[in-house]
Amino acid sequence: MAVNVIEDWLNACSGCEISILNIGDPLVDLLPQLNFVHITALIDHKFFGQLGEGTAMEVPEAVVGIVSGGVRTEEQKHELQEIRKKAKFLISLGSCACFGGVPAQANMWKNEEVFEKVFRQSPSTDPSPNPEDPNVPKWTPTCTAVDEVVKVDISIPGCPPHPDWIAEAVTGLLAGKTSWSLPERSVCDTCPVIREKKSGGGPVKRWLQNYEFKPEEGLDKFRCINEQGYLCMGPVTLAGCAGKTGQPRCIVARTPCRGCFGPIRKGAQPLVDMMNALTSVGLDPKSILDRRAMMNRYIGGHGNLKVLPARPVK
Amino acid sequence: MSKVINIQPATRIEGHSRVAITLDDAGNVVDTKVHVQNLRGFEKFCEGRPVEEMPRTVCHICGICPWAHHLASSKATDGCFGVTPPPAAVKLRRLMQNIAYVSDKILNFYFLAAPDFVIGPDADVSVRNVVGILQAAPDIAKKVVHMRHLGAQMLEGFAGRAIHPTFSVPGGVSRPFTEAERQKMLPSAQELLEFAKFSIKFAKENVFPKYMDTIKSLGVIKVGYLGTVRADGALEFYDGKLRMMKPDGSLEDFTYDQYLDNIGEWVAPWSYQKFPYAKKWGKLSLSLENPVGVYRTNCLARINVADKMATPLAQKELEEFRAAFGRPAHYTLLYHYARLIELLQAAETVVELLNDPEITSTNIRVPVTAKAGRGVGCVEAPRGTLIHDYECDNEGLITKVNLIVGTTHNNAAINLSVNQAAKENIKGGKYDQGILNKVEMAIRAYDP
Repeated sequence: MAVNVIEDWLNACSGCEISILNIGDPLVDLLPQLNFVHITALIDHKFFGQLGEGTAMEVPEAVVGIVSGGVRTEEQKHELQEIRKKAKFLISLGSCACFGGVPAQANMWKNEEVFEKVFRQSPSTDPSPNPEDPNVPKWTPTCTAVDEVVKVDISIPGCPPHPDWIAEAVTGLLAGKTSWSLPERSVCDTCPVIREKKSGGGPVKRWLQNYEFKPEEGLDKFRCINEQGYLCMGPVTLAGCAGKTGQPRCIVARTPCRGCFGPIRKGAQPLVDMMNALTSVGLDPKSILDRRAMMNRYIGGHGNLKVLPARPVK
Repeated sequence: MSKVINIQPATRIEGHSRVAITLDDAGNVVDTKVHVQNLRGFEKFCEGRPVEEMPRTVCHICGICPWAHHLASSKATDGCFGVTPPPAAVKLRRLMQNIAYVSDKILNFYFLAAPDFVIGPDADVSVRNVVGILQAAPDIAKKVVHMRHLGAQMLEGFAGRAIHPTFSVPGGVSRPFTEAERQKMLPSAQELLEFAKFSIKFAKENVFPKYMDTIKSLGVIKVGYLGTVRADGALEFYDGKLRMMKPDGSLEDFTYDQYLDNIGEWVAPWSYQKFPYAKKWGKLSLSLENPVGVYRTNCLARINVADKMATPLAQKELEEFRAAFGRPAHYTLLYHYARLIELLQAAETVVELLNDPEITSTNIRVPVTAKAGRGVGCVEAPRGTLIHDYECDNEGLITKVNLIVGTTHNNAAINLSVNQAAKENIKGGKYDQGILNKVEMAIRAYDP
């Protein structure tokens, strides 16, 4: 018997939905078990009736609600609250839903500053007033994570979350397992690179050239990026981007961890912890430009990124 | 009394939009609007970020075409730092982009668009979707799921990530391609090429002929086009010159940094999405009878502006397409046909690049130094031309970002097509869910 599922994206990019499709061949067996009563990406269910005559948003009943994206507009907030009312279990899918995500970097400015830039300070745009219409939902005061608005039952972080975890959490839920989380391990705990707990010291280098490695050698012969003197967010980021069997994805590309799975545990302070991790290998973390945004890149909700008084012009 | 039909959300497309159709007392369409309901503000919040962080930040603009944004951004950062990536880096960027194209086009054609054609435009909502396709044509559906995933695995196996990549960097790419990896990827590339050939054959035999009347009527508008071509005029996704075509087919080419002379953006009070327009054609008018300044992007636009395709099989398909529909081809639903011709070019290009000995060169990045500069980087995303324009200060921190991306270019055209489709199909107050879906099919053709 298929279970009713409602899925929607809020302040999102659709990457989470593509990651669902990246479950690959097992998706063919999983799909028939899910009866999507709403999924904007794939099915033509409408919130205002199939003939568009409704006056209020009607969200159908479902056992499972899956929401990607943070909350950026009043209408998204309303929709989220309705989904919460109608769904027995709510999954926040991806780092925008879990932490605000990359778009929550907008929290470093007042909303009006963002609108000023987009509609009046762009060189290609005819300077114009902000769009103002009943069909253009107003921005919320900040860009928030889903759990800042409603209670969440299962959080699947990642930008995007690995398909393994989406499949595991959803099939678990179908089997009656109402909680799911990743073990509290860091990316470094799952990263096969060589670590010697020291670096060349000095300022943290900017990522303006490639790291040192031999192309034909695996990650087990690759020296830790922090220990090569650069910033990698691995020490303070929850492990999981590699799924059940892979290696940390950004490291596979010989690029530094971006921090996309968010903090290792709730309440952790990645910025402070990362500064300590760099210090512990002999680097000077204060040399990092723009470290507030860099180290809160995916977690700007929950008040982690906000407008600072008298920000230096840089 | 007049009445408003609210189609919300527009479905089987990316993003948040509401279609509002206003009817008069007689039940005829007097107005339509496609309201885009979300705005994230990348142009602002990228300010202050180190230039080298941009390619892995702005990829998040779109989870369906992150590679396109990743690469347009990389090119803009190359410009900020004043460097030219080594040839092998460019080939690897193009390889990744073309693999991503293949996955993207399979997704759009089979998962998003096919339900309207294979199941039927006015079929019941419960089956007019990918699950319905899975039941109606299980063998094809399984193959589609597999092929789309294969592309993702090819990207991930080498570049770590299929979605929101980090592989391309200012001055080149982050790692070279080994001979072993090349050998491993070749059979998968062949598999994708065979599937691309199957797809266009399948569509030409089973889909397009059945819907020729709909193709010739639904959402049809006569406007201009924008795309990228190589120096020899061939259709190109990664690099070249921008080409604008007027509705009558006349052409004007320009370089990336001349985009401000050619494209302006109008802000409607009723949508977060701006309306780019061709600046040299006069003041933007969204009149259905006499549109001014409106141009389209994405596959049909590229097929129209290009003199030829860049690969042999795709070229044969273009010749057949042009013999049937001319140049420019204006029918909106021909986007689906054009998409499959491009699918073929992308798949052929992947195989071609994998057979290029230079692709395994270890010379893949020029180191960069922070300095003040500006870079305008463009690529063709599946959904249209991406323009990323960055300026940075002498520490290499971003000071200005201007973005005109994929579907935004199509905003005016989508609104016109929806207007046309609604007026043609809703008369005397008569409509049903199938008719409203036809209005949405006019949007879906653009794959927004």
